[in-house]
Amino acid sequence: MLTSLLPEFTVERNEDRCIQCRVCERQCSFDVYGYDGDHDVMVHREENCVACQRCAVLCPTNALNISNNNYTYKPNANWTREHIQDLKKQAETGGVLLTGMGCDKPHKIYWDHILINASQVTNPSIDPLREPMELRTFLGRKPDHLEMKDGKLKRMDTPSVQLTTPIMFGAMSYGAISYNSFSSLARAAYEYGTLFNTGEGGWPKELRKYGKATIVQCASGRFGIDLDYFNDAAVVEIKIGQGAKPGIGGHLPGEKVSEHISQTRMIPEGSDAISPAPHHDIYSIEDLQMLIHALKEATDYRMPVSVKISAVHNAPAIASGMVRAGADIIVLDGLRGGTGAAPKILRDNVGIPIELALAAVDTRLRNEGVRNWASLVVSGGIRNSADVFKAIALGADAVYIGTPALMALGCTVCQKCYTGKCAWGITTQDPYLTKRVNPEIGTRSLVNLLRAWSLEIKELLGCGGINSIESVRGNRLQLRGIGLEQWELDTLGIRGAGQ
Amino acid sequence: MKRIYAKEDVCIGCHLCEVHCQVEHSRTRNIIKTFKEEIPPPSRITVEESGPVSFALQCRHCPEPYCAYACIAGAIYQDEQTGEVIQEKDKCIGCWTCVLSCTKGAIRADTRGPRKAAKCDLCPGREVPACVEMCPNDALYLEEEEL
Repeated sequence: MLTSLLPEFTVERNEDRCIQCRVCERQCSFDVYGYDGDHDVMVHREENCVACQRCAVLCPTNALNISNNNYTYKPNANWTREHIQDLKKQAETGGVLLTGMGCDKPHKIYWDHILINASQVTNPSIDPLREPMELRTFLGRKPDHLEMKDGKLKRMDTPSVQLTTPIMFGAMSYGAISYNSFSSLARAAYEYGTLFNTGEGGWPKELRKYGKATIVQCASGRFGIDLDYFNDAAVVEIKIGQGAKPGIGGHLPGEKVSEHISQTRMIPEGSDAISPAPHHDIYSIEDLQMLIHALKEATDYRMPVSVKISAVHNAPAIASGMVRAGADIIVLDGLRGGTGAAPKILRDNVGIPIELALAAVDTRLRNEGVRNWASLVVSGGIRNSADVFKAIALGADAVYIGTPALMALGCTVCQKCYTGKCAWGITTQDPYLTKRVNPEIGTRSLVNLLRAWSLEIKELLGCGGINSIESVRGNRLQLRGIGLEQWELDTLGIRGAGQ
Repeated sequence: MKRIYAKEDVCIGCHLCEVHCQVEHSRTRNIIKTFKEEIPPPSRITVEESGPVSFALQCRHCPEPYCAYACIAGAIYQDEQTGEVIQEKDKCIGCWTCVLSCTKGAIRADTRGPRKAAKCDLCPGREVPACVEMCPNDALYLEEEEL
């Protein structure tokens, strides 16, 4: 049948530069390129292009330019090109439209409406290159009051984990991402002294040596779980929801379940790995409390138990319940959090921005006097070190980064993770493609990213005359809003700029 | 001597090593001129592929250099000190016996001018051979051979 869809992108080839080396053809996993030997030219099938830019980056002569196809339907503010194309796709397929990565809609990005303070005259700023700056962060329940014994601080009896920087790698399972990507995250977190999160796809045995840098997830599919899985890790996380698709489970197609993934997930090779939408044993805070304590019991109360939810409308009340149920860390995943696959309509319309959820949850827990019972971690929409700083000043203890970490591995956010054909070798299990992430380069890039952001956070601390991230935590006076309405300032708990 | 080694598990089969080998051994050493204005030289490195498995192969500087034994013009010899198998282009008469005798298929016929054999020369004048430096995924590396 003739498709009425127009190619989304245009491939422009500068024939004066193209040397017909066919690198573009070999690198494209979406079958855009071909070679016409009769005329010694490369040919294009632009309708397949996803603008991942793999070909353009690898082209040795910079002969390729991938850009938006400038076709236009009759301009219409209501019926945009995206709406028309999506509608036509559905008329042709009758299916739910899938997509990958986080929400790409122009919902207000509150980070960009928050400004950071600096010291002038009355308190000196600090040069982070000369003075020690502290980014060390501890996650876990803090005591209600300090107890001294023989003039020394009594040891806390609640477990906590130490991070050298308040940035962790968010949950991305082995299966959703390739082994090379997964192991790069593990190694980088271990090297830098932070944590990565296994997601719910199990934890390969040979990566257990990075245990002190590992958060293991217990999600609705319960894949790859046994006693060692928990006890080899540093933190156990119960995943209730994910920012990109709150209230939705997951589905790893059988063709991706290779022998190694099947062993890791403890499911038969080639079988679909389906994570149900809810945990079938959690229908209330009390049920959650039972699972939290079952996990604490299983791990001998040695490690913090985390609970992750999507940022939804009544997140503060839920978070309060989670803390009372015994969660040592609560994780909020915002509207812009990424995913390997989600219904597009959900990704773009369900959930709330993480900035608002974070401030609301922190405020609620403070008001109830239980903020110290749990650490607060946020994810979904962190783009740079200033976002991390602002998140911490709004009340977070640490952040998860997912999409930025994948970008360090090569991702260009083409949103085609769900096809399993990632040309950058990240969200695929095709052995021809997974080789594209060299774990040594990947680890180095991720460590570089953590280092760069940490240095920048120290600069931000220094300019505010602060020498420890602990002094910024929940210190909303460091922030001012700009271009925000009163209800937004009230929710964020910050003053407007100039006030 | 230093040798070029391949990391098969991260070779992405892009063949850029071949392209840059050709550029390095061209007259102009300019990638666009090499392919647009010259007859490009044969690549001295070849990406061997079978499905997802791929790696780049070039002269291994074998301890038993059959090419050197076979050369009827005495144009290939093995440096006694370093073990490097060296070709003297001036002496090569283009009989291509070395091409036939190489067990790795690492010697190519160069037919651009007077017939010559072309093999990896480890890019004299460069600290790191072109293929190693330009590999986008660090799938080639130069390392002192362990004897």
